[in-house]
Amino acid sequence: MARSACAFRRHNVWTAVIVVAEPIEHSGANDSKAAEKLATGNADGMMAKAAIPLQSNRNRLLLKRFLRNKTAVAGLIVIGLLIIVAIIGPWLSPWDYDDVDRRAYLKPPSFEHPMGTTQSGRDMWALTLHGLRKSLVIGLVVAVLSTGIAAIVGAFAAYYGGWIERCALWIIDLLLVIPSFLLIALVAGNSSGGASSWVLLVLLLSVFGWMLSARVVRSLTLSVRRNEYVLAARYMGLSGPKIIVRHILPNIASLLIIDATLNVSAAILAETSLAYFGFGVQPPDTSLGTLLGDGARQLSSFPWLFAGPATIIVLLILSVNAVGDGLRDAFDPSSASSNKS
Amino acid sequence: MGFYLLKRLLNYAILLVVATNLSWLLAATQLNPRSLYEVSNPPIDPVSIENNLRSRNLSDQVPLHQRWVVWSKDIIFHWDWGQSPRGGDVGEEIERRIWVSVRLITLGSLLGAAIGVLIGTWTATRQYRLSDRTFTFLALLGLSVPSFVIASLLQVFATWLNTVTGTRFFEFVGETGAHGDWFGAALIDRLQHLLLPTVALTILGAAFFSRIQRNVMLDSLNSGYVRTARAKGLPRSRAIVKHALRVSLIPTCTYFAFSVATLFVGAAFMEIIFSFHGMGDYGVKTIQGQDVHGAVATAAFGGLCVLMGALLADFMVAWLDPRVRLGGTTYGRQ
Repeated sequence: MARSACAFRRHNVWTAVIVVAEPIEHSGANDSKAAEKLATGNADGMMAKAAIPLQSNRNRLLLKRFLRNKTAVAGLIVIGLLIIVAIIGPWLSPWDYDDVDRRAYLKPPSFEHPMGTTQSGRDMWALTLHGLRKSLVIGLVVAVLSTGIAAIVGAFAAYYGGWIERCALWIIDLLLVIPSFLLIALVAGNSSGGASSWVLLVLLLSVFGWMLSARVVRSLTLSVRRNEYVLAARYMGLSGPKIIVRHILPNIASLLIIDATLNVSAAILAETSLAYFGFGVQPPDTSLGTLLGDGARQLSSFPWLFAGPATIIVLLILSVNAVGDGLRDAFDPSSASSNKS
Repeated sequence: MGFYLLKRLLNYAILLVVATNLSWLLAATQLNPRSLYEVSNPPIDPVSIENNLRSRNLSDQVPLHQRWVVWSKDIIFHWDWGQSPRGGDVGEEIERRIWVSVRLITLGSLLGAAIGVLIGTWTATRQYRLSDRTFTFLALLGLSVPSFVIASLLQVFATWLNTVTGTRFFEFVGETGAHGDWFGAALIDRLQHLLLPTVALTILGAAFFSRIQRNVMLDSLNSGYVRTARAKGLPRSRAIVKHALRVSLIPTCTYFAFSVATLFVGAAFMEIIFSFHGMGDYGVKTIQGQDVHGAVATAAFGGLCVLMGALLADFMVAWLDPRVRLGGTTYGRQ
């Protein structure tokens, strides 16, 4: 657990010590970085006395580190654009996603239909926009839910220990042993379908998507739990759940943010994979996954059914992953895999 | 050591049994084998449908707990995993399909891991240079593209190449095809069929492992023992290979154990797109075909694979890492 050590920096007065103790290996161009590192380290140490400047200073540092990562910034911009396009989508196309153009079945891109039409005469551009919106919603909701479950289960298991912890770990193991893809497919593929099929899918993806993060949360909580401020809170008579919510979770927030980000892309990817077999969002609703699944089967004869959704989904997942990586590097500068700053 | 191992195996066995039973419960309540018969034309007599389903322990009119008793007794006493709704023994089917999966994933997963480790090691020693950034981006891209998209694109590319060159160098339907009867023709034919899925699996594996290996390698490159080795006068290349690489392989190997285990059921896309009738393909087909027993058996097999992967990973760590001892006995080399 190389990353764990630095995920709870907020109360960490000895940041300065760590940073100073780290050998300055870089020369030349990196000297300014090293100096900056020393400076921020010292600042952190001093700011332990004055809590508010520490907070804003830390955020500024994180922002600076994040902005240095060009791929992550590009990813953030792309995500922003995609979200805007998804929101204003209905005004960007003269067609609704469920409109049928009876004069154009399986037509290649034209002036009227910029991305062509499907077998049933629906406009690909409108469908893609609708699918993008659905995929984004699925990704975001699943990420929030599964990271939430992971945070609660992991933190409670580690804080209380004993049989609660053993139960939680056993359930985590059990869910990891069950091939989740098959079971999600089993339930989602045989549901009655309809407009709300995506809700069921979101629940299933969340229920089977939190286990690995919960383990990490648990091991982080185990070390945070021993800190003095947790002890102090306990001696002041604060209840367990309150300590977890007010003192432990905020201190592993960086991990949770990174985890939620990466869960967004994992959920979109999982929905796409399920959709290829027809286990994803059920018609008449549509997601990027269902479009891509249909398109992939007819790729050689009708490439326009595939190209649009494929480009957008790869852009989306790639950007989310890049932002997740950038966040991890910004939060966790001591990991060697990140940019030294 | 023996006690530790026994305790571990017992826990795994319990996990697997519970997981299998939960899968059965889910499959038996969600899947509807009756629907297969009801849509047939000309319509089948309801009584004979019922008899058919009952003879295979699939009727939803029999109470759930009775079906569960029959199902579990068959497995415990006869190692009989049941019948599919159309007839056909689930166990036999799986026995045959496991080997298809083995043939499909062996080459691809090994190549993917090897190439990934090579790229990861190389890029870690060149952190932030152009080559490092390029490969890091490519790996990120590889992980961001759904695997069926990669497979479909490969297929289109191969078709195009076949038409352009006017040959049938790329084969992408099934495991074998028509081939001459000269010595080695059958083997070449098999390899031709394996080529595309192996390339797809290799791309995915290389993307995954190069990321892991790069991260771990960077951690060990910046660690004290590598610096010590360099300070004692060891050339950089030897310090990297003898000290940094060796240590960094430990976590990568555990990932490898897991990823191979999950590939048995996880290579479903490759199997379906390239028509290899392995376990992943079976899992999807059983769910689409309302096959309760087949789906449960596949889930149980998948769970077994994960646990074998976990066990394998533990042994690999014990073998590679001299600091780890299982229950007091030194394992492997010192």
